[in-house]
Amino acid sequence: MNWDERSLVLSRRGGTAMAGSATTGPAPAIQTTRLTKRYRRVTALSDCSVTVPQGSICALVGPNGAGKTTLLRMLCGLSRPTDGAASVLGAAPRQAPEFLAEVGFLAQEMPLYRRMSAEDHIAAGAHLNNRWDGASVRDRLRSLGIPLDRAVGTLSGGQRAQVALALVLAKQPRVLLLDEPVAALDPLARRHFLAVLTEAVAAAEGSLTVMLSSHLIADIERVCDHLVLLAASHVQLCGDTDDLLAEHKILIGPKKDTAPLEAAHTIVQATTAGRQATLLVRVDGPLIDPAYQVEDVGLEELVLGYMGAAAPAAYARPGTSELDEPAGDER
Amino acid sequence: MVSFRVDGRSGVPPYLQIVQQVRQALRMGLLEVGDQLPTVREVVAAVAVNPNTVLKAYRDLEREGLLEARAGQGTFVRALPPGPPPHTFSRLGRGLARWVREARDAGLDDESVESLLKATLQAQDAADQDTA
Repeated sequence: MNWDERSLVLSRRGGTAMAGSATTGPAPAIQTTRLTKRYRRVTALSDCSVTVPQGSICALVGPNGAGKTTLLRMLCGLSRPTDGAASVLGAAPRQAPEFLAEVGFLAQEMPLYRRMSAEDHIAAGAHLNNRWDGASVRDRLRSLGIPLDRAVGTLSGGQRAQVALALVLAKQPRVLLLDEPVAALDPLARRHFLAVLTEAVAAAEGSLTVMLSSHLIADIERVCDHLVLLAASHVQLCGDTDDLLAEHKILIGPKKDTAPLEAAHTIVQATTAGRQATLLVRVDGPLIDPAYQVEDVGLEELVLGYMGAAAPAAYARPGTSELDEPAGDER
Repeated sequence: MVSFRVDGRSGVPPYLQIVQQVRQALRMGLLEVGDQLPTVREVVAAVAVNPNTVLKAYRDLEREGLLEARAGQGTFVRALPPGPPPHTFSRLGRGLARWVREARDAGLDDESVESLLKATLQAQDAADQDTA
């Protein structure tokens, strides 16, 4: 927790509307091109090209150490890319008032001043931001029964998360970046947090774009309409979740030569048990082999399939892995 | 006004769950022509789903002719889905409830009831096809 992170919740005074802020229509809210971040020995993110349309809620998923936090920090200007470029609302991310006026970031640990009350934070935010809707924070927190006058350090984790969310929404950002906002919350607190978030997106009527990292697929399925999957520092998937689900199928059939299948389609992951093979396939055109039983894929299967395929080696070729259990890569 | 439930474990996409619940409410008479549906914002605040999910459901129902969007006012019921009127459902529902009690008394569990119902529906379909 440091000042820089908190400053993104409470941003700085002096921000004017960004050039080109009237952008509407098809211009993406977030776009990266071959974005790369290398530390001395480690490549945290490599060749990351993603596009997130305006008004969407985009999930950022992947095993720990895949580069999710690195990407989010580069998108809000807290970290500079080694290579490639990022564009948020048409501008290169940087720690400048006019950029921070439009972009909110909540770091994983919900950076707040523990000894200050919500009311103190509202006052500080009013002081630091040109555009600041303090009344909305009070309304939100009162409707959730969260005391405004107690030090936030004495509140429950769920209540602190709601305070942080209400504060970051008060500056009325057009892009909101959330790093595992619900990871530490119980199911009810999670549901309440996501209800406030989705309501803010609905109220903004297409002018608020959210990217949030999470491991909780069930939440993502409810709340997100876009998905970016990172594994082994690379983008494995990026797109509309409904489209991604429609493009993939599970094939169950006898273990046999998959070369004919691979002529038209891509095998993402193959698992075998005895004589049976289960294949996660990215489908390109009709599937005609009658030996396979074809089933729709769920979001969890899809995510685990790609994560598993990327897990054994950083550059595993699709279709060469044979995992019984897709495992996260803990670093 | 109706409220929606979205079950993440049902395997039915969230937007389709909302579509089905609106149709169901229309058939059961819980929604009538002219009634207003909750706004996207209200639905989202209650069930925490993506706003586009609700929009997509309402648009599907508009295309079916069941709902209409009135500019600046909201979404309203335009027509009831084709099929028997609501009271037919409640009458048949009462008959079915009697039958289920009888089945339970006879020692049938839910799974047996469901498979018996499925088998009866299939047999009836086959019989209908023969007479057609």
